[in-house]
Amino acid sequence: MKKETWKELPTGTVNIHAGNSVSNLTGTWRSGRRPEFIEKNCIQCFFCWLFCPHFAILVKDGKVTGINYDYCTGCGLCAEECPTKEKSIVMVKEEIKLAEGRKK
Amino acid sequence: MKATKILNGNQTIAEAVRQIDPDVIAAYPITPSTAIVEIIASFRADGLITGEFVCPESEHSAMSVCIGAASAGGRVMTATCSQGLALMWEMLYIAAGLRLPIVAAIANRALSAPINIHGDHSDTMGARDSGWIQIYSEDSQEAYDNFIQAFRIGEHPDVLTPVMVGFDGFIISHSAEVVQVEDDAAVKRFIGDFKPPYPLLDTNRKFTVGPIDFTDYYFEHKRNQIEGIENSPRVIEEVGKEFGRTFGRTYGFFEEYRTDDAEIGIVVMSSAAGTGKDAVDELRAEGKKIGLLKPRVFRPFPYRQIAEALKKMKAVAVLDRSSSPGAFGAPLFTEVRSALYDYEKRPKLVNYVYGLGGRDIKVEHFKEVAGKLEKIATTGKVDEMLGYLNLRE
Amino acid sequence: MAVKLKDLAQMEDKLVAGHGMCLGCGIPLIFKMILRATEDPIVVANATGCLEVCTTIFPRTAWNCMWVHSAFENAAATAAGVEAMFKALKNKGKIPADKKIKFLAVGGDGGTYDIGIQSLSGAMERGHDIVYVCYDNNVYANTGGQRSSATPLGASATTSPAGSKSPGKVQKKKDLTKILVAHNIPYVAQASPHRWQDLYNKAKKAFEVEGPAFLNVLCLCPTEWKYDESQGIKLAQLAADTCAWPLYEVENGKYKINYKPKEKKPVLEWLKPQGRFRHLFKEENAWMLEAIQKEVDRDWEDLNKLAEISGA
Repeated sequence: MKKETWKELPTGTVNIHAGNSVSNLTGTWRSGRRPEFIEKNCIQCFFCWLFCPHFAILVKDGKVTGINYDYCTGCGLCAEECPTKEKSIVMVKEEIKLAEGRKK
Repeated sequence: MKATKILNGNQTIAEAVRQIDPDVIAAYPITPSTAIVEIIASFRADGLITGEFVCPESEHSAMSVCIGAASAGGRVMTATCSQGLALMWEMLYIAAGLRLPIVAAIANRALSAPINIHGDHSDTMGARDSGWIQIYSEDSQEAYDNFIQAFRIGEHPDVLTPVMVGFDGFIISHSAEVVQVEDDAAVKRFIGDFKPPYPLLDTNRKFTVGPIDFTDYYFEHKRNQIEGIENSPRVIEEVGKEFGRTFGRTYGFFEEYRTDDAEIGIVVMSSAAGTGKDAVDELRAEGKKIGLLKPRVFRPFPYRQIAEALKKMKAVAVLDRSSSPGAFGAPLFTEVRSALYDYEKRPKLVNYVYGLGGRDIKVEHFKEVAGKLEKIATTGKVDEMLGYLNLRE
Repeated sequence: MAVKLKDLAQMEDKLVAGHGMCLGCGIPLIFKMILRATEDPIVVANATGCLEVCTTIFPRTAWNCMWVHSAFENAAATAAGVEAMFKALKNKGKIPADKKIKFLAVGGDGGTYDIGIQSLSGAMERGHDIVYVCYDNNVYANTGGQRSSATPLGASATTSPAGSKSPGKVQKKKDLTKILVAHNIPYVAQASPHRWQDLYNKAKKAFEVEGPAFLNVLCLCPTEWKYDESQGIKLAQLAADTCAWPLYEVENGKYKINYKPKEKKPVLEWLKPQGRFRHLFKEENAWMLEAIQKEVDRDWEDLNKLAEISGA
């Protein structure tokens, strides 16, 4: 991202690009586990969507369709709160991917 | 209708508020600016103004309400002084940083401790680096005129910077004087409309006002902020001239009084300048070549113009109605002295602190200063750089 | 009419992905609901704190609506200013009389219970038509876990640490909700993210009442409460089931308890999973556990009496 000079910034301390945090991929924070969506068990209760702090549940045409790993931090709330008998979201091991720049 | 009235400083500010009818006024009462708030409240009660009058629980909240209101998009003002301004401190910087052209009327008053309700410049001088434009008034007429101009200056799209207008507590705020109050419609025309660039109430747009910066943007935003006040001298001058064309009283960065051939000079702001002018007249009658310079705009400091005005003199005394403990002289002095640094030929400079906590300054004190200046002008020697006037030693 | 999560999920997010709040943080859960509880445009005034810092690190912002931050202790006054300007511009005919905007002031317990209580009290007393939401995570989380006046009795915080001579915080949590009730404003409520429908309904009521409304919402903080972040919602449930955080509302002075556990659980079930209370389970601190239980019981009893008097 090119950083603006002081002359290029809008007057005052204003960010005119609403919602541009989506370029910040919090999925890089995951450390060792990630949720996996098992569609056949899903009853579309939307609890996973409700309890996901990182807006990482994919919803399409009124249905939960999976996990957006770009943002999922692997906190596990979705899997924990999934109410189906056979879980529709389970936490699985994931190889730790260190964020760019933090590699040795 | 244009009218000549007998008004004190607080009443003249209130008159200007009635004419301007800002969209939001948020102010907390504090002596000696309380009457401004009371009169505004009565104007609102009688339907003479249509803006919202908010009476918050503190000056900190008063300035916070002003900031919220100005961010929302509209014309905003407050009035305060002393401890009230001190309590606003944090928010002063934020108003400036967010480039919100809030106008504050300040009945200059001493700061505690000891607590004291009388006039000096400790309050606004402490706020001199807050990023606000600062204009000081000699009398009620100037307070009225400066207050009206403050909106035009601050709200100019190249400036967008808050402005405080000072007038000495009690000495001006509570002294009735003859004031020319201009026609309501003429004042409204002069002020015009204000269109803020990023009003929160324009909900068709979306933006984030006042985000957090790390090391990669704070400096750029600060520089961007500084540009507003850097752009203001041109606007201050234009508005001062236009005010003159419209209402017959022209304003610049400072007023020079009998400085043309002056060999010694006194620099003094606000109400004491009036006493100073009397002293100059008396000394002139005695054949002394003395003049007086009264800064009106302290931020931005008109350093070039002031230096040009003073450079030919032999000795100049800068009188400060505040102190800057431990510094190389009081605030006005350090500015003036610094402004003259680049001149090879420049006057000897001395600093007198006077009038703290409302202590009187009289013609005799100006004469005392003039006597010392004459000695310095003759000998070229300064014995004491910093002195105190009318203080029991 | 009961709202469906499926429908809420299809509304536009006013707070979006890419914010920097911690794994398992409760703040986004709360505001996901609250920001959906009105169809009108919202202007948010945010106090300094986790939410403000984590969502607006320039040049990025997670806000997809109008948002303003000025300082720590003055979200209520800032929102009041925005609301005053809205009223003024309507009075002056510069904004259409039928234009609707909701004004939401937001702060953590630091910005609300402590440094911001004066400006909050002032704004509520003046009757501004704003909704103030406190996300109460019981601690100054943004600065690394210092105690606030919302930190519960016995909790260890960096400025009220447990130690060989200290059982953690020895003062009881301030009852801010009741302080707000004492302002005689039209609507005050306590909520929790685990009961989303209750939270949504309360936010909706808060937006709909004319005049000031205050919501105090328990906010999960895995970082400072020190628990497995996947257990947050279960923990919130325990806070309600032990009556450590009762869910109730006060509408025009009338108390109503919105959730009564079938069986009130002992408070240690709420304390046990949290590292900040770990020291309480040492023998020498048993008295503190007892004291906490006593306080919770008494408060719950008082609340029930208030609800009874209110006829609810």
